[in-house]
This record gives sequence, C-alpha cells and structure tokens, in this order.
Amino acid sequence: MISYTFDFSFLLDTWPAFLRGAWQTILLAGASIAIGFVVALVCAIIRSGKSKLASGLVGAYVEVIRNTPLLVQIFIVYFGLPSLGLRLSAETAAVIALVINTGAYGSEIIRAGIESIAKGQIEAAECLGLNKLQIYWHIVLIPAVERVYPALSSQFVLLMLSSSITSQISAQELTAEANMIQSETFRSFEVYLIVAAVYLALSVLFRVVLWAIGEVAFVRRRKLRT
Amino acid sequence: MITFSSTHLIYLIEAARWTLLLSVLAFIGGGAFGLVLALGRVSQHKWLRWISAAYIQIIQGTPLLVVLFLAYFGLSILGLDIPPIVAAGLSLTLYTSAFLGEIWRGCILSVPKTQWEASNCIGLSRLQQYRYVILPQAARIAIPPTVGFMVQIIKNTSITSIIGFVELARAGQIVNNSTFEPFITFVFVAIIYFAMCYPLSLASRHFERKLNVGK
Amino acid sequence: MSVNEAAGTRPRNEAVPGAESIIVVDNVSKSFGPLQVLHGVSLTIERGTMVAIVGRSGSGKSTLLRCMNALEEINGGTIQVCGNKVSMGDRPSVKRLRTDVGMVFQSYNLFPHLTVLRNITLALTVVQKKARAEADKIARDVLALVGLADKAEAFPEQLSGGQAQRVAIARSLALSPKVLLFDEVTSALDPELTGEVLKVMEDLARQGMTMVLVTHEMAFARRLADIVVFMHQGKVWEAGPPAEIFADPKTPELRQFLSSGL
Repeated sequence: MISYTFDFSFLLDTWPAFLRGAWQTILLAGASIAIGFVVALVCAIIRSGKSKLASGLVGAYVEVIRNTPLLVQIFIVYFGLPSLGLRLSAETAAVIALVINTGAYGSEIIRAGIESIAKGQIEAAECLGLNKLQIYWHIVLIPAVERVYPALSSQFVLLMLSSSITSQISAQELTAEANMIQSETFRSFEVYLIVAAVYLALSVLFRVVLWAIGEVAFVRRRKLRT
Repeated sequence: MITFSSTHLIYLIEAARWTLLLSVLAFIGGGAFGLVLALGRVSQHKWLRWISAAYIQIIQGTPLLVVLFLAYFGLSILGLDIPPIVAAGLSLTLYTSAFLGEIWRGCILSVPKTQWEASNCIGLSRLQQYRYVILPQAARIAIPPTVGFMVQIIKNTSITSIIGFVELARAGQIVNNSTFEPFITFVFVAIIYFAMCYPLSLASRHFERKLNVGK
Repeated sequence: MSVNEAAGTRPRNEAVPGAESIIVVDNVSKSFGPLQVLHGVSLTIERGTMVAIVGRSGSGKSTLLRCMNALEEINGGTIQVCGNKVSMGDRPSVKRLRTDVGMVFQSYNLFPHLTVLRNITLALTVVQKKARAEADKIARDVLALVGLADKAEAFPEQLSGGQAQRVAIARSLALSPKVLLFDEVTSALDPELTGEVLKVMEDLARQGMTMVLVTHEMAFARRLADIVVFMHQGKVWEAGPPAEIFADPKTPELRQFLSSGL
C-alpha cells in the first residue's frame, strides 16, 4: 500500500474556479427550482381536479419521471431532441430536464398537501359564499403549500445536488469545473473532497434561503412563534 | 452509421442485468451498513448518535456523483488496480446506507414508546428489546419506504456509467455512439428502467395501503 | 306553564299578520344511494323565531339542515329560502341563498392558516367586495358581540373550543344573514365550554335573529325555542311549542326519546 501525501496546494490557484462553479450551480439550480415549482403547482392542481383525462395524463408523466433515472432524462433532452430537429445549449437542456424532473416529484408533494385539506374547510368557505376559484386559492392551495413546504424544500435541495449530473452534458456548473481542475492537477481525491465540501456548503445555503422564503411567505408560521 | 435494431435492444437488456446486480449489491451492502447507522442514531451512547448523524448528514448533503468520484479516485490512491464495479459498488453502498439508515431510524422511532416500556417491564435487556419487540415491528413499518427506495437504488446505478461501468445507461451511450440515434436509443433505455422500477413503485404503494389498513 | 317557565320565556316578536317565512321545506325527500334518510319532510321557519330540531342520531336532522343550506341535493319536494326556490343544480339560486343563510358547524371549520380577524374578513372582502378597512371594522364589531374582541390577531389553534365556536358564529354573523343554521355546535365541546357558546346564541335570539338549531341541548331548547321539531326515522314526528313537546309528548317515540335523557 502506497502512502499518500495529501496536497491541497492546487487550491491557491484554482479557488476562483470553484467559486465560479458554485455560482453557476446556484444559477442553474435556482432557475430550475423556480420554474419547477410552478410546473409542480400546475400539475398538482390538475391531478386533484375533475378532468379524468388531464389527471391521467399528468399522472402518467409523473410515473415515467419517477421510474427513470435523471441521467437518462437529461440524455433524452440534450441528445434526443436535436435528432427531432430541436437544438439546445447544454445549460438550457439541463434546466429543461431538471424542471421536468422536479415538476414530477414536487407535484406529488403538493398534491398530498391539497388532499390533506379537510372537507369541512371547503364546506365552510362555500357557506360563506366564496366561489370555487376563491375557495381553491384561499382555502386549499395556499394552506396546502404551507403545509408541505418542508418536504418541498428538501426536494429542492435534492434537485440542487442532482444538478451535478448535468456535468455529463458539459453544462457549466460545479462538478464540471471540478472535473477540469482534476484533469489538470491530477490531485483527484483532494479535488473531489473540496467539491464535496462546497456542495455541503451549498446545501446549507439553499436550506437557509428556502427557510427564509418560507418565513416571509407564510406569515402564520412566523407569528405563531412569537 | 448503423440503424438501431433488435441486436441493440438485446444488448441493452443484457446490460440491464448488470444494473440489477449492482442494485442488489448496493442494497445488501447499503442495507447492512444502514442498519448499523440506524441503530447508532437511536443508541443510548451520545458519541454513537453523533457519528452516525454526522455521516448521514454529510452523505445526504453530497451529490452521488461526487461520492462516486471520491470512491473511484480514493481507491486508486490505494494503488490497487480495481475494476469500475468495485468503485461503483462501494460508492452506492456508502450512499444507500445513509438513506436507508435515515429511513429505518424513522421506522424504529415510529414504534410506540409503550412497546419499549412494556418490554422493559418484563425484564428484557436492551438487545433483547430490539431483537424480539422493536425491530420486528419497525421492519413491518419499514417495508413500504424501503421498497420505494429500491427504485432510487436502481436509478442511482445509472451514475456509475460515468466511471465506465457498463450497466444500462452506459450501454445506451455505447449503442448511441454506433447508431447515432439518441432519441430511440435512450427512450428504449428509459423503457427498460421503467420496466424494472415501476413494479417496485406499485409494490411499495401496495404495502403502504396494507399497512394503513392494519392500523 | 309555571310562573318560572313564563319568566324564562324570551319575548316573542309580535306575530305580524302574514309574517315572512324565511325557509319553507315542502315534502322533501333525500336518499343516499339505497338509503332513504328523509321521507317527505315539511317545515316552515318564520322570521324572528328559533326552531330547535331534536332527535336521535340517524333521525335525519343534520341532513335536513344541510338540505336547507344546499349542501345536499334533495331527491323530492322543494325548498324555498326568502321566497326563492333553491336547487343545487340552479347555481344562481344557491348563490342567493349563501347571502341569506349562514351556517355554523360542529367542528367549527375555522381556516387554520388565517388569523381570527382574517377568518371573518375573508368573505367580507372577497365575496361582498367590501373595502378592507370597512371589513375590519365589521369584523371587530362582531367579535366584540361574541366577547372575543381581544382575540382578533390570534390563530384558531390558539383558541379553546368554545372560543373557536364563537368565532365561527361571528364569522357567519358578519355577513348579515337573514337566518343562521346551527349544526350540533356544542356537541364537540367540553361541557364547561358549551355555556359560553349557548350564551352567544341566546343573545342572538333575543335580538330577533331567525335561527334553526339541530341540538342535543334540551334545556336550552326548552327555554328559548319557539318551536321544537322532533324527528324520527327521517320524518317530522311531532312539532310544536316547547311546552307541548316536553310536557305533553303525544307519541311513544317522543316519550322514549325524552326519557332517555338525550
């Protein structure tokens, strides 16, 4: 067994690259989370709605995404779509694939929230004269999202970590930068240790930001604590 | 350029066997270590709880791809000439253990406190409590989420294509490189994954319903 | 009627010739699948009166109340509210009914994610399109009426059962309904909390609010109701002033119901 000396000196030159990669991951994941949330919301609404056809279609979409790997989904978007005539940049393809992926998982989470709203609430709102749209917005949707927000946040952090896979289609993000640095410095193990640490830091960052958003958006949680 | 044909499809399906093999290895290894972690998390000893928690937090906060690279390059540091399957198996085991450990911890904690009290009162030692009362009940609760996580394991094996292990995803890339028909190729790859995963997803939901009915 | 009972009777609104019937239930039948729950029920609720509907579980009383409020579809007969025929298939009629009829539920059904104040102002702003400031004032006034002015900024989960139910009453009251329906509103409360809710209901009755209650509170009904309706097996079995119903039951079923202490 060879004794191995750890050598982190490459950091002196390459730390800007790590930061750049981290920033790109933040942008990539941030965009995917924002758009993915909207997709998840719409899908959850359709799934809980009356139209059996629409609900079935969305259901099929969710099942397909949940039972196939993200890597393959990315390949289909990036390599497959051009063969149908649609050419995409790596970053665009990455965002599309991530949005499609998180939309599916997120919609199941939000749907569970929607279905957890007690029927009595809806009935009471009806009796007060609110119309269907008003009831859905004020009494069903907003409380549902508030209820499942922790689960949703976890899903989004997972999405950020999964974005590392997009390095495989050469999207610019943290893992791609790490791959480049590793191939230049040959200190592979150290490079990936650093990258792991950066991802951990990003996980914490995303959790904190998502928590803060939750505090601002859901006034009740904030008020109940005081 | 060769057209995608049944030969390619068979090649893909045969590669899927490696996917399944790797999944089984990951489940066995990750399960064994995951059980240790779960027990550590609920242990009476503070340092055990702390170490298990730290391990789980770190792994869960790291992308699987990075864990894969660490395993791959870490093993090469040891100077051994190791085939990709070992690095693949090791990284998936480490990753799976963290998640299964967390899932099973939740299941152990779901066993009502009264069970602990009752088994304590009849004089069982802590080990006996686990063996005869707590773990059997926790295991029943654990079936739906564990079966559900098996789906994740199968999907996670696709990552190992990146270090060259020839499982289904890598086979897809190889086929694509010779046929240049990515859409057909990867859609078939997706279909094969779906065929492996969907039955497990259904089974997990089935067990979940059964469990709730029994409550 | 003894002197004490007379003293306890609330002052009736003078019966005006041709007093307005707020709700008219005419030969209403209702089935849930193969199970028929209401068999040709007829009932009239006059303005300014309190009608108490009593009976065993399964007698159809809650179903009748819910049919009056267009929460259940009827299979036969008609229901008129404030002179307008109501049918769940006729959306405008339901919309009109919602402004005339308020309902309070056994499980209060307050909106847990909104403050007490917002629970009340929600319908005022979103349905009656009132300005926020005006809605706030109405809400605070009605909260004061039920004795909970200091709880305006609290959340439902911070309230006791009795307080929550009073807020639920306030919420319906704020919309100025012509009649209030109460569906076993004290049944889910601890005994010591029912008093505060019953007091609010009594105040409302004395102010002339038209009220229909499905209730198990016999003493309350006896003291304050103008009409008591005893339902049995989906039919109106006996109906009349409390003096008749409680002191002089005519049918064995009512006698058995009264003696069982329900």
